[in-house]
Amino acid sequence: MPLPEIMLAVLWVGLTAYVLFGGADFGGGIWDLLAGGAAKGRRQRALVEHSIGPVWEANHVWLIFVIVLMWTGIPSVFAAIASTLYIPLTLAALGIIARGAAFAFRKVSTELWQQRLFGATFAFSSVATPFFLGTAAGAIASGRVPPGIAKGDLVGSWVNPTSLAAGALAVGTAAYLAAVYLTRDAQRAGDADLVHAFRRRALGCGAVVGVLSAAGLLVLRADAPALFAEITSGRALPLLVLSVVAGLASLVLLWRRAYLAVRVTAALAVTGLLWGWGVGQYPSLLPGVSLADAAATDAVLAASLGSLAVGAVLLLPSLWWLYATFQRDRVAARSDREP
Amino acid sequence: MIIHVVDAAVADLGAARMQMALSLGWHIVVACLGVGMPAITLLAEWRGHRTGDVHYRLLARRWARAMGVLFAVGAVSGTILSFEMGLLWPGLMGVYGEVIGLPFSLEGIAFFIEAIFLGIYLYAWDRMPPTAHLLSGIPIVLAGVASAFFVVCANAWMQQPVGFRAEKGRIVAVDPWAAMFNPSAPAMTVHMILAAFMVAGFLMASVYAVAMLRGRRDRYHRLGLLLPMTVAAIVTPVQIGVGDWAAHTVADNQPIKLAAMEGVFETARGVPLHLGGIEIDGELRYALEIPYGLSLLAHWDPNAEIRGLNEVPPADRPPVNVVHWAFQIMVGLGLALLVLAVWLALSWKRRRDLPSSPWFLRATAWSGVAAVVALEAGWIVTEVGRQPWIVYRVMRTSEAVNPAPGLVYGFVLVTAVYVALTVATVYVLRRLARDVPVPIAPQERDVTDYKVV
Repeated sequence: MPLPEIMLAVLWVGLTAYVLFGGADFGGGIWDLLAGGAAKGRRQRALVEHSIGPVWEANHVWLIFVIVLMWTGIPSVFAAIASTLYIPLTLAALGIIARGAAFAFRKVSTELWQQRLFGATFAFSSVATPFFLGTAAGAIASGRVPPGIAKGDLVGSWVNPTSLAAGALAVGTAAYLAAVYLTRDAQRAGDADLVHAFRRRALGCGAVVGVLSAAGLLVLRADAPALFAEITSGRALPLLVLSVVAGLASLVLLWRRAYLAVRVTAALAVTGLLWGWGVGQYPSLLPGVSLADAAATDAVLAASLGSLAVGAVLLLPSLWWLYATFQRDRVAARSDREP
Repeated sequence: MIIHVVDAAVADLGAARMQMALSLGWHIVVACLGVGMPAITLLAEWRGHRTGDVHYRLLARRWARAMGVLFAVGAVSGTILSFEMGLLWPGLMGVYGEVIGLPFSLEGIAFFIEAIFLGIYLYAWDRMPPTAHLLSGIPIVLAGVASAFFVVCANAWMQQPVGFRAEKGRIVAVDPWAAMFNPSAPAMTVHMILAAFMVAGFLMASVYAVAMLRGRRDRYHRLGLLLPMTVAAIVTPVQIGVGDWAAHTVADNQPIKLAAMEGVFETARGVPLHLGGIEIDGELRYALEIPYGLSLLAHWDPNAEIRGLNEVPPADRPPVNVVHWAFQIMVGLGLALLVLAVWLALSWKRRRDLPSSPWFLRATAWSGVAAVVALEAGWIVTEVGRQPWIVYRVMRTSEAVNPAPGLVYGFVLVTAVYVALTVATVYVLRRLARDVPVPIAPQERDVTDYKVV
């Protein structure tokens, strides 16, 4: 495989990891938002905090990877996207600040009003950030980001049917993944009530995301027919099928309380959607710009990909250790914030 | 109409520069703590482990909690910068993104490792034997230093752009390793990493100096001052030497920046060193002159030629007053901190104790602020001294900026968020410092009952 294709694949792997891990952290914030009053929602919030506390920073780094790979591997496309989508990306960036900082602040706060203030900031930005990132993805998918710097419509590029559908889908996906992951976490913590609550949420949210995806396809048919054709009849069709099948299987597994297995199928359903988009749009990145036009020189791609390969040797065992440390049963676990 | 458009564009360029300055100037302080604090915290943990001294262990635990908060705000404020590279400077990233991509990719890996081990270090304190826990902190220190190295390599390339060939605004050949290891990189990276340790050391020490001035002179507070202060005191003299090296690099590679730093308007031999002074109508007035000083310092030769600002047209000159004063503030504060470090060293040599004068505590209490101001001033010298170029003598900042209208509103919004972030961070850190009891890992149960703090 030529270097630009490898680079794009690595970029997409990074994006997938960000959606699956970082996305679920956003989802945790969404459930935090919906957990109810301070007393009623306390246990749910504690579970969310417990699950994402040690890992959210590592999960967040995938986004930095994606951004850096974009400007290194396809610099002109990165510039076109960032300059035209300046508004939603600025809002997403501010959401990232508010969310990460507020989460860390809430963890160490002891007074209720502070926990409420930081918690609300954390929760609202957990909804806003994936929404704006989703609208940006929709802008690219529907061909509304032309090549060149700030050549697109600053508002229309991300306020349009595909973008709004993609934004909603991003929020829904995040909430769904989080509900699925949290069900298992609650089970491991031995909290039957929470298992029940999150199972119900995962089922409901899964159904909503399914409907949203179907609606999204209809929007795509009207708004971006070329991409729609690729996804529903071209190369990307197998991935769409994978996504649908895995999504349905997830609902069955949730119903049957197979909480570990459903993690895999839920992740596959989301991955299928993401790769379906990628494969459907390939090799065109922006209207009239193919990967071959935009890719950086081979020397750059070779150096970056080589470094990433060497880095992966360090990273993967470390990541494994991180998840292994915190996914073990927490018999000895102590909350940092006992009342 | 045309005038109006130009005005808007000028305002947007100013807003973009201010936004970058704000977010980078904010991040740089937290990033320095992110580089320096883990090392100092590990030192305390190691001392506590070795000696069994409960004070060290409590300090380590406290610092680790603060580190967790600072790392979170550092991670998100750093992410914003990677967004802003594209949002504000698409002209730079669209053309040269690939040339400086390599150090950023490497920085991404280092940062990833830092985040992973920080998660383990902070959250698995109670799940690991003490030695394993101590070891899990070492990758944080190494990755933090590596991050700083890589990211400053990228910045150094903007000062000294090499390793590529461009034809008609398009990059046709790149040697990414040559671009990364550009001639400015060695001195700049070392200077920045040492600055991080100075900022962390003096800032941490100053917290305990303030407490001691308020009468809390127990062993816990003395050690809290002494350990970070020792690190800072060891680094400071080295930093003065490295600063000299960095200045030589500037003299060789960016003579116009040096001219702005020193307020030299005419190329000449045997140029004096200017202390103070202000630029009015193209000349530096009211400065104290040390004959032959600059020629001697910059090239080790009292008659060496120093190129002046007159060598380039006015449109290509950086703002002299800002750069000149920022440079003097950095050097002045660096020297003041050196005096403080020597004071501590002499007292320690003589009687194994902190200097007894209350002035030492007062000075130490201010040293954290001084180190941060010196850091910001140094960064202003580097970045404003490069103007009007974003890539030195290759691309102007005005060519790189996002031409979309309305950057001013983005700047206002970002400023509001940073104000809130600053207030909340300071508030939370102050709360953490006062929190009693400190949550403690089981292996350190003894500390729970510690009554002094």
